[in-house]
Amino acid sequence: MADYLLRGGRVLDPAQGLDVHADLRIRAGRIAEIAPQLAPEAGETVIDCAGCWIAPGLVDIHVHLREPGQSHKETLQTGGEAAITGGFTSICCMPNTEPPLDSPALVRELLQRAERESPCRVYVVAALTQGMRGEQLCDYEALKRAGAVACSDDAFPVQSVAVMRCAMRACAAVGLPVLTHCEETVLTAGASMHEGEVSVRLGLRGMPSSAEAIQIARNALLALETGCHLHIQHLSTAMGLELIRFFRRQGASVTTEVTPHHLLLTHHACEGFDTNAKMNPPLRTPADVDALSEGLILGDIDCIATDHAPHARFEKEQPFGLAPFGIVGLETALGCVLQWNADRGEPLSPLELIARLSTRPAQILGLPAGTLRTGAPADVVVIDPEVRWQVDPTQFRSMGKNSPFTGWTLRGKARYTFIGGVKVSGE
Amino acid sequence: MPHLLSASDLPLPQMLLRIRAWEEKRARGRDSRQGLLEQALPFRAEGSVALLFYEPSTRTRAAFEQAVVALGLHPLVITAESASVQKGETLADTVRTLCAQGVVGVVLRHPEAGAAHAAARVSSVPVLNAGDGAHEHPTQAMLDLYTLWVHFGMPDPASHWLAGRKVAIVGDIAHSRVARSNLILLTRVGAEVWLCAPPNLLPAATLPGATLTPCLQEALQNADVVMALRLQRERMEQGLLPSLNAYRRDYQINAQRLACARPDCVVMHPGPLNRGVEISDEVADSARSLILKQVHAGLATRCACLEYALSPHPESGAV
Repeated sequence: MADYLLRGGRVLDPAQGLDVHADLRIRAGRIAEIAPQLAPEAGETVIDCAGCWIAPGLVDIHVHLREPGQSHKETLQTGGEAAITGGFTSICCMPNTEPPLDSPALVRELLQRAERESPCRVYVVAALTQGMRGEQLCDYEALKRAGAVACSDDAFPVQSVAVMRCAMRACAAVGLPVLTHCEETVLTAGASMHEGEVSVRLGLRGMPSSAEAIQIARNALLALETGCHLHIQHLSTAMGLELIRFFRRQGASVTTEVTPHHLLLTHHACEGFDTNAKMNPPLRTPADVDALSEGLILGDIDCIATDHAPHARFEKEQPFGLAPFGIVGLETALGCVLQWNADRGEPLSPLELIARLSTRPAQILGLPAGTLRTGAPADVVVIDPEVRWQVDPTQFRSMGKNSPFTGWTLRGKARYTFIGGVKVSGE
Repeated sequence: MPHLLSASDLPLPQMLLRIRAWEEKRARGRDSRQGLLEQALPFRAEGSVALLFYEPSTRTRAAFEQAVVALGLHPLVITAESASVQKGETLADTVRTLCAQGVVGVVLRHPEAGAAHAAARVSSVPVLNAGDGAHEHPTQAMLDLYTLWVHFGMPDPASHWLAGRKVAIVGDIAHSRVARSNLILLTRVGAEVWLCAPPNLLPAATLPGATLTPCLQEALQNADVVMALRLQRERMEQGLLPSLNAYRRDYQINAQRLACARPDCVVMHPGPLNRGVEISDEVADSARSLILKQVHAGLATRCACLEYALSPHPESGAV
């Protein structure tokens, strides 16, 4: 195994509060030392990191890898390649596959396949109910032993409050966090974007903000009662954020994430029926975007997650209402977040950005990632924070080309990605 | 390529004059017993126009089919029951296939908003929107506007000739493509547009240039033009309305409700009529009704729209 000396970068480790200009040595797959002016040792490959950040590999706790069953959209290999290209070293895949990941055997099998097929570390989020039908609980103890790090019915949120309460009590007992896509689906039937001036003009059925807020309030109340850790996925509304703040003050264990697209785009992106702006939760209003941005800056929103959701071209070229929800995000997330930070006048320091992209999401799900501590596996990303680059989906490693950022110029890109000391991405 | 996807794609003054010209050709053609085909056309027409109807339609389809023939082209009618659609071919692939077969234009009626945009993205020939879900129905709005233009004595088409006039559109606004397209055209020529519906059939947010109200009295007060929209019975099943009777009582356009409108107020309806629901018999058949004039204008309007979209020398964008 090759050893590396990453030289002359800005070393950022939120887990240790470390922000220093220094060198970082990777030896035998682990972080060996961080210090200024380290002398190269025999056999080491020296990489010049001047002007770059050296940070723990990014962690994305919300990814759709589409396997098993939907390999026309993405595979473990292509999804993993997209991740390492984007600077991610650990990703969590969602269970809405065919069949859904609702049994220990399926979880184990996917983890074994990922070990062989994905160049990125993959963790599995198992289903919260059998078949993701919102009726019968899964065997959480067995899922946990099989390696699941959390449970979620993501795109098919449990509608029965009774089932949800039982599921959260049971998950609390085994110590599995519950991740929820919050959507009261009776309010969103047949809808394909945010309900507001744009949906009204386009004649598309809209999803009211209340559909998200109602379930955030419901799930947070249940978190209070059951003691379950609740993680709200892809927060999209200002009201939802206010509710999370309220329930935290009441003592609920609630964390939340925001996607890069909900920080940068509004429902106006749907103008002209651009299906690459169709996602769930939908793009909301400028006021929501401002509230989410403020929440991320203040730390009320814990982390960034992409909700990477690749689809085939033939699926996305359907009329807006028939096209599937979702966009790809792994290869644009870092550039989007740094661009967002620049647009907003750099409210977050590099250390705070890395916390939200790596350390904090790892903590939420208890993943062994998000740190540059000596002795830890060398999952490291070298980021050029200044490089401007244009988004060209034809260059994506992901099979999904469905990006609303096509043609955008973004700021910041991963230059090298190391997993367990192996350079998996970068020239 | 001049796709005609939205009412905002229509070059208004020019379209009014083109429709007028087609009306005149039609009248002359009848006098001299010559078909429209013998009339001089501004471009050499040949080939087929695909009429893709994924949703039932009588008047729009008939008018487009006649218009295609009037232009000397061949109508290729494909409906949702046809083989390829039933076999699960996507709209995009159907459009690609038709383009590869050499059609010169595609007229599309589809239950999904944005279907015409989706078709235009993959089409190599002009796409004309003949109604897409609750989004738009631009040729209907064009024929409505033409009907009003004739009614008001054909004023300077480049002027704000409906300035100072109040138009009330009444009915299921939330689900109406006719209302959306009409709003766009009416405001472009200066009309004051009111949209009136029961609370759950009003749009969830405001539409540009319109005043929204659930109060019919307020909408009809001093109105110059009233457009009634068809009420779909399924709105009751969806729980959006208490009953047909309550709708009739509060929103039907009848002589009594029109008392507060201007005495010379005219009444329009895009059809098909639910007589006795959104409009009373007596109003529908009265002298103030422009309903049959609308239907009549349908053919010349589709001729003009096809001619505009298919012309090899497209005029610069909408005015």
